[in-house]
Amino acid sequence: MNPRVPPPRRPGLPLRARLATTVGGAAGRASRLAGRGDGSVIGGVIGLRLKPDLLRLLARGRQVVLVTGTNGKTTTTRLITAALGADGQQVASNAFGANMEAGLVSALARAPDAAMAVLEVDEKHMPAMLEATGARVVALLNLSRDQMDRAAEIWMLARRWRAALAAAQGCHVIANADDPLVAWAAGQAGKVTWVAAGQRWHDDSWCCPQCGSHLRRDGDHWYCGECSNRRPAVSWVLAGDQVIDPADRSWPAGLDLPGRANRSNAVMALAVADLFGISVPQAMAALQHVRSVAGRYTQASRRGCALRLLLAKNPAGWLETLDILAPPPVPVLLAVNAQGPDGRDTSWLWDVDYRRLRGRPVLVTGERRTDLAVRLEADEVAFRVVGGIDEAVDLARAASMEVVANYTAFQQVRAVLGRTV
Amino acid sequence: MHDNLGLPGPVPGPAAAIRLVWVYPDLLSTYGDRGNLLVLVRRAGLRGMAVEVAGVNSDQQVPGDGDIYLLGGGEDLPQVLAARRLRADGGLAAAASRGAVIFAVCAGYQIIGAEFAGAEGEAVPGLGLLDIRSSRGEQRAVGEITAEVDPGLGVPRLTGFENHQGVTWRGPAARPLAAVLDGVGNGDGTEGAYGGRVIGTYLHGPALVRNPGLADLLLGWVAGPLPPVDPRQEELVRQLRTERLASRGATA
Ligand SMILES: [Zn+2]
Repeated sequence: MNPRVPPPRRPGLPLRARLATTVGGAAGRASRLAGRGDGSVIGGVIGLRLKPDLLRLLARGRQVVLVTGTNGKTTTTRLITAALGADGQQVASNAFGANMEAGLVSALARAPDAAMAVLEVDEKHMPAMLEATGARVVALLNLSRDQMDRAAEIWMLARRWRAALAAAQGCHVIANADDPLVAWAAGQAGKVTWVAAGQRWHDDSWCCPQCGSHLRRDGDHWYCGECSNRRPAVSWVLAGDQVIDPADRSWPAGLDLPGRANRSNAVMALAVADLFGISVPQAMAALQHVRSVAGRYTQASRRGCALRLLLAKNPAGWLETLDILAPPPVPVLLAVNAQGPDGRDTSWLWDVDYRRLRGRPVLVTGERRTDLAVRLEADEVAFRVVGGIDEAVDLARAASMEVVANYTAFQQVRAVLGRTV
Repeated sequence: MHDNLGLPGPVPGPAAAIRLVWVYPDLLSTYGDRGNLLVLVRRAGLRGMAVEVAGVNSDQQVPGDGDIYLLGGGEDLPQVLAARRLRADGGLAAAASRGAVIFAVCAGYQIIGAEFAGAEGEAVPGLGLLDIRSSRGEQRAVGEITAEVDPGLGVPRLTGFENHQGVTWRGPAARPLAAVLDGVGNGDGTEGAYGGRVIGTYLHGPALVRNPGLADLLLGWVAGPLPPVDPRQEELVRQLRTERLASRGATA
């Protein structure tokens, strides 16, 4: 390895912090044994109660990479972890998406000897987690509307990111230049590697975050009609299924994970890996081994039907997911809930264009299936309402089926199929 | 024109088309606001009425000859920008003075009033199309809302979701749209306001989806008495209303 990010010195943990991680770790194991979740949060919660600055202590002396954005955090975190671990390095990571402070604490406490950590961070919490972990690298994927009943408004969020990154001048930002809000948020960072990772969803970036004027678009380029804000010059480019590196070499982005969104996640991961001296072929070989991420893209068989599980949590995510569906006549089961982690408001359904589901078998389930049914009716999509996955399989009588679900609906499907997925 | 409106094409019908204008979807459509447009198009279509839809971005002129204007929700900064541009444009005010129907949601509701609070809480002038003033309250109101509509409007009880920090007062030329049964609304036990054919509400995003009666009120103001809709075409919406109201311990 020939890292461009110099490794820091690693002091030992103070006694109280060691105690806090031990107690927290025991609680996490107990939680797993009791079958209450994967134990990735409870340990951190208890540890933080004993030692509120535990995250700072646990992060000290490690090279921390934070990954944030509205979509693709969990997958990109997994890809970066794979790439950085390509040469056998131990890498701490919150691989199951527990992305607030307790989840980060648990991930670091579980891997006390890992010199590197790749941590997914909730968008709202990025500034505080950046400050606490002293991260060397922050990857900014995208920013779009998501669960606004509990999340901050995204223009406000972009402002907070911008202030936090301006204050952390030693941090190297890897940012998606194709997302105007992300580009603006990274605009005052000390060092930025710009990546043309693409932006399929434009509905949150019609206007300039700098001055509010209309943004103009010319192919991939975007610029403000009134002020100097424009797409920065990029070092890494995702062009179709090719990745172009800063030396202008082209590499096939041959992933096992489907879709443009995952190629976008991969090019971000390659740019991060490059900072740590890991070459594209070396990193790419590691990325190709990632087949599913916390159940996403998993294939499972149910009553003779081959299911593929796809998670879509917000309009931008649905847009990307509808893109990768197997072609008709493969049936699609849509499942929507509105519990806390999903957002209790289903208004976002009206931001998704479902018309492309016309003319194929569509089944609808989840706690808010009636909201979804009314939405599909307005888009003139024919559908059947079903009680759950088994009824869907029985009714569809197909060899395979695509299952698209939002967060808690996805977890419910996984629970029905067993923890194997 | 917005390049991702997903707008339906013109619906053919016997009479002159109803002209729907979606105002500034680039600034004011944070959360499913397209739903209101789709519901109006659908309910007009179920009566065989023709509809023309125009999405007007904030760098375009607002046409003065529309029949129904829709304004959606938006964050603080886009809201201030939208208000400034709509004041400079004048198209919406011209339409309102002709008696056009205006239906405004959340940030849009505040914009059509005399004044509202900007990003730092400062007073920002609105369009003055509805006799209301808004400012920022202590707490954000987030959750399901149920409200009984002013009996004079003949619209069934409202069900929706609110997500705002606004507090709104009415002047003498505006009446409350509804009385809150569950939720926050304007902050004084009332929800929304109307004056003439201008209506505003804190039910955010696709407010008309769960309230087809309100959609029909707007259409009726333009087209006169509406024929009934085939009950089979309303079955799902009726079920949705019943479910949402039941979740708050209310009936339809
Ligand atoms: Zn600008």
